[in-house]
Amino acid sequence: MTAAALLTRQAPELPTRTRIAMFVRLLAIQGSWNYETLLGNGIGFCIEPALRLLPGGIHTPAFHAALARESRYFNAHPYLASVAVGALARAELDGESPERIERFRTALCGPLGSVGDRLVWAGWLPFCSLASLALFGLGARTLSVVGFFLVAYNVGHFALRIWGLNTGWTHGLRVASALGNPVLRRGPQQIGRLAALATGIAIPLALGRIIGPGRNLIGILLVAVAIGALVIVRLHGRVEGWRLSLVLLTAFALFSVIR
Amino acid sequence: MIELVALIPIALLGGILGLDVVSFPQAMISRPLVASTLAGALIGQSASGLLLGAALELIALETLPFGASRYPEWGSASVVGGAIFASHPSHPAGAMTLATLSALATTWIGGWTMVKLRERNAVWAGHRRDALEAGARGSVVSLQLMGMTADFLRGAALTVLAYALLAPLAAACISLWSVDARVSRCFVVGLAASVAGGAAWKLFHSTTGARWFFVGGLGLGLFMLFLR
Repeated sequence: MTAAALLTRQAPELPTRTRIAMFVRLLAIQGSWNYETLLGNGIGFCIEPALRLLPGGIHTPAFHAALARESRYFNAHPYLASVAVGALARAELDGESPERIERFRTALCGPLGSVGDRLVWAGWLPFCSLASLALFGLGARTLSVVGFFLVAYNVGHFALRIWGLNTGWTHGLRVASALGNPVLRRGPQQIGRLAALATGIAIPLALGRIIGPGRNLIGILLVAVAIGALVIVRLHGRVEGWRLSLVLLTAFALFSVIR
Repeated sequence: MIELVALIPIALLGGILGLDVVSFPQAMISRPLVASTLAGALIGQSASGLLLGAALELIALETLPFGASRYPEWGSASVVGGAIFASHPSHPAGAMTLATLSALATTWIGGWTMVKLRERNAVWAGHRRDALEAGARGSVVSLQLMGMTADFLRGAALTVLAYALLAPLAAACISLWSVDARVSRCFVVGLAASVAGGAAWKLFHSTTGARWFFVGGLGLGLFMLFLR
């Protein structure tokens, strides 16, 4: 029997109702996000249904101590925080020492933040967005474009949260080994390549559809876009493209209205 | 003149989509492609909403919600932009420019209101510090619910104020617009695509082989464009 299978076998059963309550709360994990404790209160909020399973329930010093501990400062990607929630719930119910849990919480912050950012914000989200824009450019109907984006994105989103909660619960404080999962290690690179492909397809097609009939300007526009993108890349770190767009559109609107 | 009753659905949609950006459930219904289409559907012009949503989505690719960074809030802003554009279903000259401009202005203010809300959340947490240190269940749950409620109200208020202010202004500007409709639209789309191109470079330039995938995709995209 493999070590992973042994761990899975040893994990106690988390009641379905508790699991569902934790999952629903995970969707609101950033509800009280702030610059002092970041995700901290959200972690406590998500773990609380599991802590009710501590011996004696919610009116014991052990419950209050665990909830206070779990509601302190924490930072992670919101989707991958589910790994921490599962692992910390398991650690609390296993009766791990507070010092060990504190060390574990501190160690988990960095990896869950950076892996999640690369996988989701810099990978899956732009890929789904660009693939939907390509679909839009190909002339797909409104419902197809929006439906494709929401379904594709959220299949990945919900799968990641569910996987995280299950993996965290299964492995407890040994969850670091699960973060070596091939999807987390190699996924960002692979999705990045697909997103680059989707960018190339989506930009000309989306331009074509937005401009609409009489596309004799498209050649000039594509050259202008290439130059514009180059300028924005060169300005990287000094001015953001959306701010530049705001200024240029304001100037253009004033010119068109006043002249 | 905008009727007050007509603002209620727009305010509710702005509140829900503003909430989705960070607080609940981050299912990306707040992305411009979706949010602007939903706003258009409220006006009865979902296709117009999608058209503007696509342009805004290109710009929004640059501002992804990384960690604790400050970023513009696209949910409420896309509702404002989408509703303004959809209110002019014949797409007169300047409509897309002004709707995009309205969305960008709202997204800027929206980002600022999110920072203020996060500061307010910290104040509310500070008021409950003793209870949180004692592991009081009610305080943990109420802090979470209070943050989400405030975020919903923030999004709704921002949307309704921005729409009430910017929709009449956009309508007035459209009546004075002097640049050709196609040139105006090309200007907006060109800017949006430039931002998207720059964003793609920032996101993928360090990925091995990504530039070749981009070149291949561009060839394919251009080929399909000229086939159509």
